[in-house]
Amino acid sequence: MSIDVRNVTHIYMPNTPFESIAIKDVNWTINDGDFWGLIGHTGSGKSTLIQHLNGLLKPTSGEIIIDGKNIHSKEVSLKAIRQKVGLVFQYPEHQLFEETVEQDVAFGPRNMGLPDEEISKRVKEALELVGLPYEQIKDKSPFELSGGQMRRVAIAGVLAMKPKILILDEPTAGLDPRGRDEILEEIINLKKNQNLTVILVSHSMEDIAKIVDKLAVMYKGQMVSQGTPREIFKDYQGLVEKGLGIPQVTELMIKLKAKGKNVSTDILTVEEAREEILKHIRGKGLA
Amino acid sequence: MREITIGQYIPGNSVVHRLDPRTKIIITLAYMILLFALNKFYGYIFPVAFLLIAVTLSRIPARYLLKGLKPLIFIIALTFILNSFMIKGRVIYEIGPLDITYEGLSQGAFMTIRLILLITGTSLLTLTTSPISLTDGIERLLSPFKKIGVPAHELAMMMTIALRFIPTLLEETDKIMKAQMARGADFESGNLINRAKNLVPLLVPLFISAFRRADDLAMAMEARCYRGGDNRTRLKELKMTFIDMATFAVFALFAIGGIATRFM
Repeated sequence: MSIDVRNVTHIYMPNTPFESIAIKDVNWTINDGDFWGLIGHTGSGKSTLIQHLNGLLKPTSGEIIIDGKNIHSKEVSLKAIRQKVGLVFQYPEHQLFEETVEQDVAFGPRNMGLPDEEISKRVKEALELVGLPYEQIKDKSPFELSGGQMRRVAIAGVLAMKPKILILDEPTAGLDPRGRDEILEEIINLKKNQNLTVILVSHSMEDIAKIVDKLAVMYKGQMVSQGTPREIFKDYQGLVEKGLGIPQVTELMIKLKAKGKNVSTDILTVEEAREEILKHIRGKGLA
Repeated sequence: MREITIGQYIPGNSVVHRLDPRTKIIITLAYMILLFALNKFYGYIFPVAFLLIAVTLSRIPARYLLKGLKPLIFIIALTFILNSFMIKGRVIYEIGPLDITYEGLSQGAFMTIRLILLITGTSLLTLTTSPISLTDGIERLLSPFKKIGVPAHELAMMMTIALRFIPTLLEETDKIMKAQMARGADFESGNLINRAKNLVPLLVPLFISAFRRADDLAMAMEARCYRGGDNRTRLKELKMTFIDMATFAVFALFAIGGIATRFM
């Protein structure tokens, strides 16, 4: 399943004094099995863009093509699109409303009109996918859980619809470092085991650079660059100007190089940096 | 959701925007009384002329004022129809048991004119006055009544907070609605009972977040030692200027002109 974003522009409140252009002439292709990171400063239009991908917003101009069809044409059911393209909003725990965890996760599948057995099967699966013990948690009220657990329940609510593409808007916002690592770990596993196409939205390079395959950078409503994290980080100066920065280890390597050390700056993780620095020191030692 | 314009403020720097909020509130009240005091059609020339001048000076596009009327067209039409049929008098036309009377039509026309002028006039007030200065104005106008136990400051504070949170709650509604739609919720189709049921996934999270926000706000205000009422100073002192006096004078002329038509 692929999504093709073609020349999409979105203007909020057109023809009023409050008119504002949220995104401008964006082109983006998401292929089956991709793992994208969508990155940009607050207000750069990331959230607006992803709400186009499942038809919650309609472009002011341009088209969203999913599997060869414009999703706003008459023959396409938006409800079916929203089932295939699962969207987890920022702070998704704020959307919980049911009396029990089980009922809340079942909300999506129930709206799809599935039979009861299928629904309870999916609820169980979805809760286990996000690492929550089904038997212990299903009859609890979602409001008595911890913040991290509530967020997992909300993500399970989307997973229970069995989407082909999963979009997560700032899934780690407001979590402590441990909660953040756990959620990211689970997303990586989901991607691997469920064969999902995943788009991860964030304003922080640190979080997503090392786990995604490709990065798309938004700046002031426009998509300014796309490529693998390594390609994107080559333009260190440009990223800093856009208020984004790069992972600390990459920055360290760039600074070392600037001080005249002959090291590679093509580094994303602490392990890689360690190897590279050791190599450099050893090289010197031998010389 | 974002299209609601009633009570909206459009920032600007026109003469009308810069008037003291108290001037605008008092004139709007007097203008409303004037609308109901007039009893001849040609008498309405005076409030209409005053409104036209005010709108022109405010540089608010006319379509904004008309947009405010749109949701109320039904009520205006209903008022006109009810008046036309219900008032006894000289019969013009009969439909079954119902009569359209001369007196009814004229009463209906009066009410229609009054309502349209009333809504446009009051929208002009909210379009040109920011919610903060509006409540400031109300607080100052109410402060003489403090002596008889009217909690003027607290009332104004409540209004300010309520107004402040309208856009926030609308945004929140929009967000939760979208989040539930992403899970296949449907807010637009079905019969009345189903639609009401479908609102549960929207209303429960919305109430929870409203209470959470209220809690946070109360805590933040207390943490900064907020206490209302006496001896508080303000960032912007309200001050009546020459323009305010001139505005009162101009309005008084129009009002006297209007009232005079009652006796002609």
